[in-house]
Amino acid sequence: MGMLEAILLTVITAATPLVLASIGELVTERTGVLNLGVEGMMVMGAALAFSATQLTGSPYLGILAGIAGGALFSLLFGFLTLTLVANQVATGLALTILGLGVSGQIGEPYAGMSGAKLQPIEIPLLAEIPFIGPLLFRQDIIFYLSIAIVAGVNWFLFRTRAGLKVRAIGDNHASAHALGIHVIRTRYLAVMFGGACAGLAGAQLSLVYTPQWVENMSAGRGWIALALVVFASWRPWRVLLGGYLFGAVSISQLHAQAFGIGIPSQFLSALPYAATVVVLILISHNRRTTLINTPASLGKPFVPDR
Amino acid sequence: MRIELEKRANPSRLFSFLSPFLALLLTVVAGGIMFALIGKDPVSALYSFFVEPVLDIWSLHEIAIKAAPLILIGAGLSICYRSNNWNIGAEGQFIAGAIAGSIVPVVFHDWHSPLVLPLMLVFGMIGGALYAAVPAFLKAHMNTNEILTSLMLVYIAQLFLDWLVRGPWRSPDAYNFPVTRDFAPEAILPELVSSGRANLGFLLAIVAAVALWIMMRYTLKGFEITVLGQSERAGRFAGFSSKRMIWFSLLLSGALAGLAGISEVSGVIGKLQPIISPGYGFTAIIVAFLGRLSPLGVIAAGLFLALTYVGGEAVQLTLSVSDKATRVFQGLLLFFVLSCDTLIQYKIRLVFSRLTRSSEGGAQ
Amino acid sequence: MSDVGASGGSPLLAVRSLTKLFGSFAACNGIDLDIQPGETHALLGENGAGKSTLVKMLFGVLAPTSGEILWKGEPVRIASPGAARRLGIGMVFQHFSLFEALTVAENIALSLPPGISLSRVADEAATLSRAYGLPLDPKAHVADLSVGERQRIEIVRALLQNPELIILDEPTSVLTPQEADRLFETLAKLKAEGRSVLYISHRLEEVQRICDRATVLRHGKVTGACDPRRETPASLARMMVGSDVAAVSAAGTAVKGDVLLEANHLNAAARTPFAVSLKDICLKVRAGEVLAIAGVAGNGQGELFDALSGEFPVSDARAVSIRGKAAGNLGITARRLMGAGFVPEERHGHAAVPALPLSDNLVLARNQSDRKTFLAGGILGIIRNAVVRIASRRISEAMDVRKSGEDPAAGSLSGGNLQKYIVGRELDRQPAVLIVNQPTWGVDAGAASRIRQALVDLAKAGSAVLVISQDLDEIFEVATEIAVISDGRLSNAYPAQDMTREKIGLLMGGMHGNETNPEAAHAH
Repeated sequence: MGMLEAILLTVITAATPLVLASIGELVTERTGVLNLGVEGMMVMGAALAFSATQLTGSPYLGILAGIAGGALFSLLFGFLTLTLVANQVATGLALTILGLGVSGQIGEPYAGMSGAKLQPIEIPLLAEIPFIGPLLFRQDIIFYLSIAIVAGVNWFLFRTRAGLKVRAIGDNHASAHALGIHVIRTRYLAVMFGGACAGLAGAQLSLVYTPQWVENMSAGRGWIALALVVFASWRPWRVLLGGYLFGAVSISQLHAQAFGIGIPSQFLSALPYAATVVVLILISHNRRTTLINTPASLGKPFVPDR
Repeated sequence: MRIELEKRANPSRLFSFLSPFLALLLTVVAGGIMFALIGKDPVSALYSFFVEPVLDIWSLHEIAIKAAPLILIGAGLSICYRSNNWNIGAEGQFIAGAIAGSIVPVVFHDWHSPLVLPLMLVFGMIGGALYAAVPAFLKAHMNTNEILTSLMLVYIAQLFLDWLVRGPWRSPDAYNFPVTRDFAPEAILPELVSSGRANLGFLLAIVAAVALWIMMRYTLKGFEITVLGQSERAGRFAGFSSKRMIWFSLLLSGALAGLAGISEVSGVIGKLQPIISPGYGFTAIIVAFLGRLSPLGVIAAGLFLALTYVGGEAVQLTLSVSDKATRVFQGLLLFFVLSCDTLIQYKIRLVFSRLTRSSEGGAQ
Repeated sequence: MSDVGASGGSPLLAVRSLTKLFGSFAACNGIDLDIQPGETHALLGENGAGKSTLVKMLFGVLAPTSGEILWKGEPVRIASPGAARRLGIGMVFQHFSLFEALTVAENIALSLPPGISLSRVADEAATLSRAYGLPLDPKAHVADLSVGERQRIEIVRALLQNPELIILDEPTSVLTPQEADRLFETLAKLKAEGRSVLYISHRLEEVQRICDRATVLRHGKVTGACDPRRETPASLARMMVGSDVAAVSAAGTAVKGDVLLEANHLNAAARTPFAVSLKDICLKVRAGEVLAIAGVAGNGQGELFDALSGEFPVSDARAVSIRGKAAGNLGITARRLMGAGFVPEERHGHAAVPALPLSDNLVLARNQSDRKTFLAGGILGIIRNAVVRIASRRISEAMDVRKSGEDPAAGSLSGGNLQKYIVGRELDRQPAVLIVNQPTWGVDAGAASRIRQALVDLAKAGSAVLVISQDLDEIFEVATEIAVISDGRLSNAYPAQDMTREKIGLLMGGMHGNETNPEAAHAH
């Protein structure tokens, strides 16, 4: 396998968790809920996936554990912000802090162990195509899921009635409620979907990317995912673009070292974070476009009058 | 069964006071359950965690040591959050202040003078404030969300510190360990009393918190912060500028975080090293909320959360519980604080009747 | 007390002892109401009388606390808007339930049952809207539409469900007189089709023009049911308000003083994509004058207020003058120090902070203009709470503000009482110039009358008063001069006695240029 292919493979592996976490959060934010707990849900997914794999020997069960764990964990957030109308920013932070702590507890017995790596699934015929075949069609299941989910979310939001309702809630939850749309129920589902995707992203980290359990192994990817949603202007295909751009940036650190580029490793490690700031500035500074693209009810509390 | 919220006409004063205590109670109960789940006796674990540390002088000092940065940062954050500016990067400003304040003892290590310590503290505050100026500028002039920018800067600060102590600032005497020189005696924050390690930083924290409380309660500036946090439009109507408040609140909380940083490095650690904080900048967020975003409340909350750090270390030793327990407790506490706070603005009703399809008129 | 309707048959909709409690407050208290098939029935009452609450129960948005709703003689339970629609009830709310980011067709589709394709919705909406004289472009984004056009979406949306009863909540409050006429033609068509209309309003002239019967609400109870054509405006008003409300005595002084407030070719760019830009605004208000600016919502009133108050200054200093001094580029504090006072449109979150007590809201508006009185300690700016409270009490007494407790949160006051406090807060300073945006929007009749009298009295005492209002009744009560704002442009000002509603309507339409052509959906 050539050098370029090897590099592209690492980009795909680095990008996939970002894409997954972002697309989940995108759906959540499209209903007007800002969940800052992505980092916490992701690391929980990683810990649960790895532990389940170690316990059962099957990485597929691990994946399920990651997804389920992320979704259940996000329910906590949903309960506080949707039923108790707590401050969304603070609750998201609480979710992250709790997630980092609890995942540390769960993963501790398995720290340092090497895991059962998730094996790639080869798609016959397509995998034979030169160059892109092995790259795209001989991947683990989580990669395929990431692409499918992005396509699915795009179709759902813009081609289905349920997706129209989601966009309506994000635009004006009071009007949506007045029309009889179940705002709270839809938001709960969206939050759980976001949690499931973040959990899946975490599973990818501990089963494919590393694959090991290391405390705090999400390393800020959850926050980057939040920035990616803004970068994508809440449009699904742009999440894919952003995820891959950032995947490339974050993986450049390893390759630069391999090429003997003489920049201190800390500066290269800082690149994704600095890039996130730059991207946020570029996307946000035009107030007009920001206003038009952002779901208008994002972050605002909603209490239906009865 | 449904949970329904009914907004109160006036915020409940009873629950404003009770809510943190209720949250504490729930956290203790949840913590007990957690201990039981991992096979430890909940009562003795809770005792080791919460009660033992306040029973001897030495650990009271340890609590004061941990409380100082929490109170200092938490007080600044409480002001910031009240004004609706969400500085999540206090951890990064802590590090920036520690680095800036360490310039004198590390780079000018041969200069001995009583001015060294005051200069260090001042530089620490400036360093923290400058680092907070980045998200402030980005929010005020480039319309960029301060939560994400301040947070990204945390990772950058951590990496920068790592590079500094492994590279240009590494001590020539340290056998290749990634640390700077030890600070000279005049560069160390003095102890408060001789019975333990607590240093001047604790006093600084209390003074700062009280000063901020006075500002919030009695002055126009405090009023301005409250109004702008409630409604930007009303603030504008009053002649206040939310742009200037972004700068003020972020620079203030950054300076205090930077002061906490240099105090920690100078008073507790005595040199710079890659890890100088067990997450104070993030725990201080919990302190701010537990303290109901009031600088005085922050003092009590900071002491309590410092207790969780010390208690966490205690159960680690006595019961072989992992050090993650502290983090979990802190996260649970924030959760319960936020939940109980709902009771201040709303009455909660459990509605048991189901909506029937019968033709009786509207009884609900 | 309910009449059997003119046709004598059984009613389409009947309501018996309907009650809705919010905590201990009875928004609706034992209401009885009948609507016959094919009848246009008015629901009259002042702000806060309970009209909106009643219709929300009829449309399934709120659940009644007790009482019965009967549809075609059968008791029903309307649990949701969907259930109401299935019964055959349609509703056009006063505050639209529209989604700015979505298209007209998408907005309409959301209120229809599932299963109809979007393109069919678009076609049917376009056809129906034309048939009823309210043309719409299904592909337009709601954010780009005017208020009148948005209302058409709401009406078409309701009509697509083929309702037997249509409820309209204060529909003309956002329309120009010409648009209102077009609406009345549509309502006539509906009546000819045999549909019933429940028409909520507090505008007596309209009700007398189009309605067969009226039910009057006050404080949540029915105070009268009648044929509006047989009543006089005074008798209807008495049913709505209870006692004779003091008419505002507006005898202006003949002698006018210096120009205290002036706008001189004031231009301001739109701040957000959905805002209106101000174009070449010129106005003069002399001491002793009340200049009222009429206009339908969304034509730049808020933007004009912001430019005049200094919350959003412009670059040209001469564009706004207060007491002869250039102030266009100065902020609100400087303008207050020049002797101006301001009352914004929005009580909650602009003129006052609802969570803060009244005394804090006093400091909100007067912390610099009354710095010497309210603050101490020089640069420290320590607030003199005792002094503030005394002043706050003085204002509450002067304006007869009803509140619970000595210094309650502003949000706990009713709309009328809070507005009285807010206006009184400015009057307490005897400002030379007072600029007010929508002085009595959402305010009960007693408070409204008091506020309007206060404005008139201030002018009589020698100040210049500028009132921006959507309520033509109010304008005719208080104004000495009247101008019209439309799409960010201001007409000339005419003496009040020379103005009529028709003239105002023409000015609203004429300046916009395209309102007189009913076939142009929108001119963007």
